[in-house]
Amino acid sequence: MNLDARIPDGPIEEKWRIWKDNHELVGPRARGQLEVAIVGTGLAGASAAATLAGMGYKVQAFCFQDSARRAHSIAAQGGINATKDYSNDGDSVHRLFADTMKGGDFRAREANVWRLAELSTEIIDQAVAQGVPFNREYGGLLATRSFGGVLVERTFYVRGQTGQQLLLGAYGALSRQIRAGRVEMHTRHEMLDIVVCDGPARGIVARDLVTGETRSYPADAVVLATGGYSNVYFLSTNAMGCNVTAAWRAYKRGAGMANPCFTQIHPTCIPATGEHQAKLTLMSESLRNDGRVWVPRSADETREPNDIPDGDRYYFLEETYPRYGNLVPRDVASRAAKHVCDQGLGVGPTGRAVFMDFQDAIAVRGEREIESRYGNLFELYEQITGESPWRVPMRIYPAPHYAMGGLWVDYTLQTTIPGLFAIGECNFSDHGSNRLGASAMMQCLADGYFVLPHTVTDYLARQEDPHADPTHAAFAETEAEVEKRLERLLSIDGSTPTRHIHHELGKLLIDVCGISREGVKLERALDELPAIREQFWSDVKIGGDARSLNQSLEYAGRVADFLELAELMCRDALVRDESCGCHLREEHQTADGEPVRDDERFAHVAVWEYAGPESEPLRHAEQLEFKEMQPKARSYR
Amino acid sequence: MNFTLRVWRQEQRDVPGRFERYSVSDIEPDESLLEMFDGLNDRLILLGERPIAFDSDCREGICGACSMTIDGRPHGPGHGTTTCQIYMRQFDDGATITIEPFRAAAFPVIRDLIVDRSALDRIQQAGGYTGVGAGPKPEPNANPVSPEDAEEAIDAAICIGCGACVAACPNSAAMLFTGAKVTHLGRLPQGQPGRFTRVQDMVDQMDAEGFGGCTNFGECEAACPKEISIRVIGRLNRDYLIGVLYHPRNPRGGMKPQ
Repeated sequence: MNLDARIPDGPIEEKWRIWKDNHELVGPRARGQLEVAIVGTGLAGASAAATLAGMGYKVQAFCFQDSARRAHSIAAQGGINATKDYSNDGDSVHRLFADTMKGGDFRAREANVWRLAELSTEIIDQAVAQGVPFNREYGGLLATRSFGGVLVERTFYVRGQTGQQLLLGAYGALSRQIRAGRVEMHTRHEMLDIVVCDGPARGIVARDLVTGETRSYPADAVVLATGGYSNVYFLSTNAMGCNVTAAWRAYKRGAGMANPCFTQIHPTCIPATGEHQAKLTLMSESLRNDGRVWVPRSADETREPNDIPDGDRYYFLEETYPRYGNLVPRDVASRAAKHVCDQGLGVGPTGRAVFMDFQDAIAVRGEREIESRYGNLFELYEQITGESPWRVPMRIYPAPHYAMGGLWVDYTLQTTIPGLFAIGECNFSDHGSNRLGASAMMQCLADGYFVLPHTVTDYLARQEDPHADPTHAAFAETEAEVEKRLERLLSIDGSTPTRHIHHELGKLLIDVCGISREGVKLERALDELPAIREQFWSDVKIGGDARSLNQSLEYAGRVADFLELAELMCRDALVRDESCGCHLREEHQTADGEPVRDDERFAHVAVWEYAGPESEPLRHAEQLEFKEMQPKARSYR
Repeated sequence: MNFTLRVWRQEQRDVPGRFERYSVSDIEPDESLLEMFDGLNDRLILLGERPIAFDSDCREGICGACSMTIDGRPHGPGHGTTTCQIYMRQFDDGATITIEPFRAAAFPVIRDLIVDRSALDRIQQAGGYTGVGAGPKPEPNANPVSPEDAEEAIDAAICIGCGACVAACPNSAAMLFTGAKVTHLGRLPQGQPGRFTRVQDMVDQMDAEGFGGCTNFGECEAACPKEISIRVIGRLNRDYLIGVLYHPRNPRGGMKPQ
């Protein structure tokens, strides 16, 4: 597997300019003859589709939702980082770069992170020009706020709905190109495989989710913008439809899968209330500015939370991390909450929750101030739980949220399959082992608006014959394989609904490969996972047929891929015998429970190569080089 | 809790549908309506029956996918909530609950509770954007926007495109949806170029899709999960009138969108 990242020579602040100055171009007339397939139309996919079409390429865009506007980017709340330095507090490209490298615990590629920081300002310019209604100061200038673990104000926002507004901006740009006839939009279509013709990717196979028709779509380049895979845990903050299928099909066709075990568990989510629960809802990280996190000191506590005196409350974040208190980074806060619940101190009907209490903040700051800061979040919480945070403490628990891992890509966002690109959350590139708040949207839009359109151009310009040959045997073969797999799924006719198996998978995975990981447990999980997979393939019950709308079949196909992904995640977590960012190995922590990195052995990206159904996947490494910044240990005590 | 559900079942577009009754029992009060449907569907699958098809995705009220008419109300009981934010504790134990799709001529049923809302996408495609590509842009702070304008733009821009306004309207009008986009862009300096032709293009598309016109019932505002004000329809009408009178389209014989 060729893992040459193809990083251009030159000083880090010049690399992207040098690359752009030297890449190959496609003439305006030729572009109209070239076709790009883009799978997924969230922030990354919609911005890439609109931009490529605007340049004159023919674009085929696919999404499984009924409209591009529904992609899960829409749920991002907090904001988007950019080094505008409007607040004059000394921000710079270098500082955003440094914060992102450190936040990722030195497991990201320097050149990519620098480019991301550099492009951040252009994203804001672009979004404003599209009419994204960012919050404004009284003078009418753009407002900024500060976000988790950062010392400058660089986060731009639209209330608590930044993702929605940025996505609608990209969706508007996409809509304009659809109207102009340059993008053919396929909604309610799910990609089920990619077509590889003697080396390069030359198209995809997709199923029309309404008619059930499965067919191939030839393309001269293929772009995956299919998001993250946190739904592998069953309960997560992801939308119901979020899945790994497109990325997993690419992996099985030869694309390297990088750092699959790097998944972020967000500390402040509304906990599950029972077995019926289908997903979890995030509560903004900003609540930790005023909310005090605690559990009762005694596991036998029976009093109502408001009746428990201060002395019998265990403010575990404040006690353990006096310097940062409740504002420790996401990975640290999540680990601490899990730890107290493991000790039996958790609250609520399931015992898997901790209190986040605003009584002190209300007393000190007054109801009005708290209302203006968090009024809408309190309302959202009450809507879901039926309990008012004005009267009783919120109950929160960590939930799977974001996947830093994903398809390996080089500096041009190309996977190990030529002509197959991956952008946004579905690639691995910029966040190392822990993503900072307000960085996800920045990466999606940098990839889609500013990087990919140039790198796809360069790729197409370099091909001797860039055109896909739709008569190539690989098209019919791949279509047949997809059909066969659908038939196999439908023929199982067992007695267990897919959801039960998915739930079981999630319970196992969150325990062994969630907030903390341990060698023996991972080994045990690697023994147990094949049995769950076996149960799925022998006893699942799907019903219906493949020739019409069948949501049960869609779901089963996604879970089948999650079952395989889970195994790779555990394998990756087991081999990475160090702690870094969100990947805490119990064996590698200080006496105080802080993660201990092993830069000697693991300062690399782990890239997995599929080796067939009967063989174990192969692990390769892309060594990370630190020239701008030397890795340091993180401490928050 | 126990409930009786009357659910609209329809195999596909253009075939007759009917209500089917289902009893569900031992439902937790904190279970959401859609989670109850997940459980019911598992039961139907095991019985070898076809599960009930319905749209949902984010399940936190922002993607706009979920779309059930519950006891005659789009998105059901409660104000400012979507179908996925309905919990069973909001119903009386033992109640009979009637569930239908969002009904409108412009929203044909695909199956059961799933309707085709692509007409809303096409209204957006007719003009709901500013005309910028991804080249270099002006410095955004060179163009200040007063916080009041920004606030009104945001109040309109938060539309999630669910179509509840259409389903609630006796005329099946899409004017709250269209007015929200017209207001969002019309309140910002970036939306000024093309402001008065955009509105004509979008209204034309709205009519072509078979949506009705507004006669001030106000049901749209009451059903809107984002509580968008009917004032946006006033703005739509105003801009449309100005557009038709003073900004005729294609003054020199046809300019295609770039």
